[in-house]
Formats: sequence, structure tokens, C-alpha cells
Amino acid sequence: MDIWIDQLSFTYPAGVTALRGVSLKAMPGESVAIIGENGAGKTTLVKHINGLLKPTSGQVLVGGWNTREYTVAQLASRVGYVFQNPDDQLFASTVWAEVLFGPKNIGLTMEQATERADAALRAVGLIDSAQKHPYDLSISQRKKVAVASVLAMQTPMLVLDEPTTGQDHNDTELVGQIVEDLKEQGRTVITITHDIDFCAEHFDRVVVMAQGMILLDGPARDTLMQAEVLAQTHVEPPQLMRLSEQLNMQERPLNVQEFIEFWCA
Amino acid sequence: MNHNIELNQVTYTYPGITTPALTDLSLAIPAGQFCAVVGPNGAGKSTLAYTLSGFIPHFYHGTLQGEVTIAGMNTRDTPLSELVLMVGLVFQNPFNQISGTKFTVREEIAFGMENLGVDRQEMINRCDDIMAKVGIRDLAQRSPLSLSGGQMQRVVIASVLAMQPQILILDEPTSQLDPIGSREVLLTIRELASTHAMTVVMIEHKLEWLAVYADRMVALADGTIIADGLPGEVLADEAVWSRGVGRTRYTQASHQARMNGLWPKGRSLAVTLEQAVAGFQAAQTTYSKKS
Repeated sequence: MDIWIDQLSFTYPAGVTALRGVSLKAMPGESVAIIGENGAGKTTLVKHINGLLKPTSGQVLVGGWNTREYTVAQLASRVGYVFQNPDDQLFASTVWAEVLFGPKNIGLTMEQATERADAALRAVGLIDSAQKHPYDLSISQRKKVAVASVLAMQTPMLVLDEPTTGQDHNDTELVGQIVEDLKEQGRTVITITHDIDFCAEHFDRVVVMAQGMILLDGPARDTLMQAEVLAQTHVEPPQLMRLSEQLNMQERPLNVQEFIEFWCA
Repeated sequence: MNHNIELNQVTYTYPGITTPALTDLSLAIPAGQFCAVVGPNGAGKSTLAYTLSGFIPHFYHGTLQGEVTIAGMNTRDTPLSELVLMVGLVFQNPFNQISGTKFTVREEIAFGMENLGVDRQEMINRCDDIMAKVGIRDLAQRSPLSLSGGQMQRVVIASVLAMQPQILILDEPTSQLDPIGSREVLLTIRELASTHAMTVVMIEHKLEWLAVYADRMVALADGTIIADGLPGEVLADEAVWSRGVGRTRYTQASHQARMNGLWPKGRSLAVTLEQAVAGFQAAQTTYSKKS
């Protein structure tokens, strides 16, 4: 299923205009990272994809559904959404109940729901914590519970708002692997991140936002090398791109393997 | 040397849990030092932050063994109300720290200073100064609760810095900040450590800028210190990576280059951009001389 955002503008009730005519299309199997300065409108934009916010003007179509005409509950069957702050999302008294809740509520049999919850908790490495209370876990583990609860829904589209915040090296790699797997399964993944090195390594396409608008939208390599545009929105190119530039290399690498290849060339 | 923070054989166990979160941990930090704490999740980093700020044992009970001395005060014998005059703590999640009772960002930042009885004109000056430093001047009249996650995190940092604590403990203070914003906050804290002799303990995963700005780096794993030294030494240590501490892409690239025989023999792995540039340039020179 595809996501089509057309000329979207949004003003919060208090009068702050967060989005000014944003257009964006994302296709199945595409992984899109959204980057940009604090307050650029990234979270406001993705909250439109599952209908938490409705456009002030313009429209958002999710697999052909206009989000104005569907409830958040209906849209949840198509779009999985992981909040920036896991505590906005978690409510059950065990990790297991939390992850089982979604699948149980979309008409699956108990057996199917159990299977999904089990697979999702294994994917984030928390199967051994299934019987714990989410609030007995650290915030980074709660964040992984939130990711698992959305994975268990197996929606065609997923929105992840800063999934690597507060995650250590290994967990960041784990999230990267989950994104790669989702992409392979043909799902549409939209992720907000401030981790530009992570972004370069795991996303095909990068959307750069500033002040409620899109500054750049294109393949990761083409967008992330544009230091001057990125600087306007408080972002720097990834470490290896900066290194390759300082070394006067011809090409800009997205990961360590490419860096070594380009360096030897 | 005059140590501002001293932990002597500290072991701490949370209530109802059998495994200690910190085990026999000793650490001494002199006044004015900017000490970074790194390590995988679950290593005990946040527990260390609570221990240094007196939340352990005054808020989290559990079992604390050993001695914790902060600015000359033993935390066990000193009430939290006295410790907070000396120690500023920035929590991991800004939503947990914002007062929720103030209508504007300016009032939120002034709140801590009001409680310390700071002079009115002085409060205004410090507010203006710190808002400019952390890049939130244009948010002064906004409601703290209407801000984005990253903006709120800046407000929390500003409100603690405005109190000019002698000791500052930060638990992932830049987790939600944009990349240049993170670097600016680290730089501001670096400057405060130098100019105000403020002692800083910062838990962070953003290794690139810690490597540049911190004086010292302590790596934790499983509640104990596994490395303690200059950031460049700690981050280039392969034994430290294997315990789940991350490394910069410069370290990854120089390590990969070394494995392929492309890194100068006997040269340490790069941790910063500068070191990586110098290392690869040196490798190039050696290579062209040979050919």
C-alpha cells in the first residue's frame, strides 16, 4: 500500500503552523527517513499518516483511504505507529499483554495472535521479559516493547518516530535490521531519526525538513551529501561522508564497506 | 587532589531485585572535569546518575553499600533538599522533568532559580543568556507543553544550567536533539565546565562529540567500570567494543582499514574526524612512497 500526502498544511489550535504545503509519496517496499531540526514538523507530519491529526488543508491518502474519512482505529489496520515516547503508548500490565493486545483486536484467533506476539517479542529480543511489567523495564527496553507491539500488527505501513533514541550500539543495529526486514517484506516504512549515520546505513530515501516544509527528497546518498542544505536544518552529513570529503575522495560512501571500496579505488 | 565526586566501593541493589545494579564501583572526579559515561543499556549508567545526585538512597531505597561523597557531603547523611543546591540533574526523559505548572518557557527556566532565591535581575540575565546558548530564544513565550520533544529537552537543560550547579549530572541529555543542536549543547557544557569549574558527568551515546569535548571517559558494563581514561583511548579499545560500547564510524573505518592492511602500522585507531583524516593521509603517503 502506498502513502500519498498532497499539499498538506497544518496549524495547531494554539495557532502554531507546523506544516506548510508538504507533498510526499511513499511506495510499498520503500524505507523513507525523515530528518531535520527540532520543531521542523516531522512528528506533526507522521501523525497525519495514522489520522491522529487531520489536515488543515490538503489531504493524506493511505492505501487510497482519505484520512479525513476514517477513524484512527480504522487506520490502525493499515498503519502501525511507534511513538517517540514509549510511555505515550504502553498501558498493559505485562509486556506480553501489551504486544498481544493489537493482534487480539483485529479479529485473529488466539492462536494466531499468540504466534504474532511471540515472533514480535523475539524480533526485539525481549521474549524473556514477556511476563514483566513494562514500567519495570528501562526506557530503552520500553521503546522496544512499543516497536514489538506494532510489529505484531503486521500492517502494510509503519511509522517509527525516533526508534533509536536512547538505544545503545547493539539495539540501534537491531532496529536497523528490523527496518531492512520490513522493507524486504514489501512494507512501507517511514522513520523519523536524528541519527544520520544510522539513516545513511539503513534507508533508501531521505526527506529533509525545515520549518514545516520539505527541503530535499531523494536517494540517501544524493540528499545526505548536501552539507549546505542540511546545515539550514541543523544536520550534518554522516561521519563517513565528511571523512571522504576531507580526504578529497571522488565518491561519498553510505557505510564502512563502501568507504573502504572508494578509498581503495 | 580535591575531588568533587567520590565513590568508594559502591554496591547498589534496587528493592526487590537480587542482582546489584552497581558492583564495587570506585570513582573520583576532580572539580571542573567533564567526565563522559558510556556503556550498553542496562550497564548501570542511570543508576550511577541517581547515586551521584542523591536520588539513591533518598528516593530509590534498596541497599546502598560503600560511601558516596558529593561536594564534601556524604549523600547518605545529607537530605536531598541540601544536595539539590549543589547538584543539577537532567533526566533522560524531558517529559518527566518539566514542571507542568508554568505557562511559558521563560517561567519554566526561572522556576528553579526562584526556588534558589536568585536575585530578580540576575534571573533575567541568566534566562536570556542560557536561552541564547541552547538555541531557544524564539520559544520564550511558548507553553513548555506545546513544544516538540527536542525543544522540550533544550528547555530542561536550560532550566538546570540556569541554576549554575557546582555539579551537573546529565542522563542522555541530547537524545532527542537534532545533530547540530546536540553538538551545541555539548559545547555549552564543555565551556561551563571550563569557565565555571563545573563538574560534569554526562551519560551519552553520541560518541563523536563526546570524543572531542569530554576530558575523560568511563565505560560501564554489568555495573562495573571496564575502562577509564581519555575518550580516545577508551573508544579505540577493542576489548571495550566487545562489551557493547559503541564506536564512531571513524573507528570502524580505521579498524576495517587496519584489517585490510591499509592503516599505518603502529598507529592508534581513529576516534575523531581529525584523527581519521590524519591517519588515512599518512597511509596514502606511505603507499605512494612505496609505489
